[in-house]
Amino acid sequence: MTTERYLFPHRHLLGIEPLSPRDITAILDQALAFEEVCERPEIKIVPALRKRLIVNLFFENSTRTRNSFEIAEQRLSAEIINFDADTSSLSKGETLVDTAMNLESMRPDLIVMRHAAPGAHALLARHMKASIVNAGDGAHEHPTQALLDAYTLRKRFGRLEGLRIAIVGDIRNSRVVRSNLWLLTKMGARVTLVGPPTLVPRQMARTWPGVEVSNDLDAVLPDQDAVMMLRCQFERGTGAFIPGPGEYARFFQLNAARMKLCRPDVAVLHPGPINRGVEITSEVADGPNSVILQQVTHGVPVRMAVLYLLCNPHGEQVP
Amino acid sequence: MPDIPSPCLLDARQVEVHLQRICREIVAASGNSESLALVGIRTRGLHLAERLKPMLEEILRKEVPLGILDITLYRDDLSELTGSPIVRPTEIPFTLRDRTVVLVDDVLFTGRTIRAAMDALQDHGRPERIWLAVLADRGGRQLPIQADFMGLKLDVPPSQRVAVKVKEVDGVDGVFLETRA
Repeated sequence: MTTERYLFPHRHLLGIEPLSPRDITAILDQALAFEEVCERPEIKIVPALRKRLIVNLFFENSTRTRNSFEIAEQRLSAEIINFDADTSSLSKGETLVDTAMNLESMRPDLIVMRHAAPGAHALLARHMKASIVNAGDGAHEHPTQALLDAYTLRKRFGRLEGLRIAIVGDIRNSRVVRSNLWLLTKMGARVTLVGPPTLVPRQMARTWPGVEVSNDLDAVLPDQDAVMMLRCQFERGTGAFIPGPGEYARFFQLNAARMKLCRPDVAVLHPGPINRGVEITSEVADGPNSVILQQVTHGVPVRMAVLYLLCNPHGEQVP
Repeated sequence: MPDIPSPCLLDARQVEVHLQRICREIVAASGNSESLALVGIRTRGLHLAERLKPMLEEILRKEVPLGILDITLYRDDLSELTGSPIVRPTEIPFTLRDRTVVLVDDVLFTGRTIRAAMDALQDHGRPERIWLAVLADRGGRQLPIQADFMGLKLDVPPSQRVAVKVKEVDGVDGVFLETRA
């Protein structure tokens, strides 16, 4: 537990990279209190962010992340505006900064943004008084996903330090993996990236020292406390890097036979949406080791924690 | 101002005597002890409630459930704070319906904490009634709230602070009068 005197020092959540281990622990501890709110039998709402205005600004489709943020905002009693790119002036050629200035005139306290460009959030943070939360930026970061993964792992194992975690699949195109690499290495977990050579860039082991890279899933599985399966992102061009879904599945699919190689208490994670029968079989995704639906459940209290901690900025503000 | 020693209003033994009396008063007031439950307000109210629980159980010869309330998310000045304090979970492991809930806090001052606590409690269910027990009522109310059971009753000017200390947090039991720096 963090001490009572600790105050979250950041004004924005642009990624996991700028956070200290203590900041990460603070968010996860804070999420515990919000999980209690979400588990209440009747009134799953607290007045913590009353009178605060939150704008959900989504330039890319993401039904589940946006829904999760919206539920989190509602449970904190915030006022919400949804701003979808395809229905807005952006389709009429407005620039991101113009959009930001227009939003600014509504005096929002916080903006949750998904955008394809990795620098978009930092740009917005420079032009606005509101706090910015990154809800995914291209293949760069998706910090709240990594936080909810960590929350799920910590709940299952009681710690993150020393955990052995394999992240398997389309490493190249995944923003989830970058946020997870920052988070897990900062918290002392041991990460192995697994996939075909075309999807696992070797230089990633240089950015995150201590991270191992392997192309042999069967050899890696027996040592792992948790296995995080990534979706083959065919819409982002994964198909160009692999011979085909069938061939991919032969070497990298988590199925019943490969589960026999794992420790009996291994946790199976997946950020969703799942391609059933490609990177994971239904038997495993719906099986006793799967924590995939818990990840979705934990998304709400973890996002509540982030929104709550950012809404009262204090002191010297760290980006 | 650490050079001015804080006068001790109650020492550990006197705190114990006051808690024992509060217990007897709670038992006398509750016609139906079956429905009695304690809810301590973090941080020091919780530790006082943990003291009251075995005392009540000894008199009643039955278990008295204990809940924990963190009222931070219900504070009416939350949006004015600089920095968000980390909130710890509320734990009410029993149903509130038809209960007589004794809210326990250390010091009653403006009444705003108790207002927040009642709002928080209502979100967990609908108790039959809520009582308030505090170790010290220092006066200075800003809301129409009063204690049903209390240790000390004082009238302390705003320049001074009544500090309840408990072994679990502060290493010592007692009630002290501190002058604000």
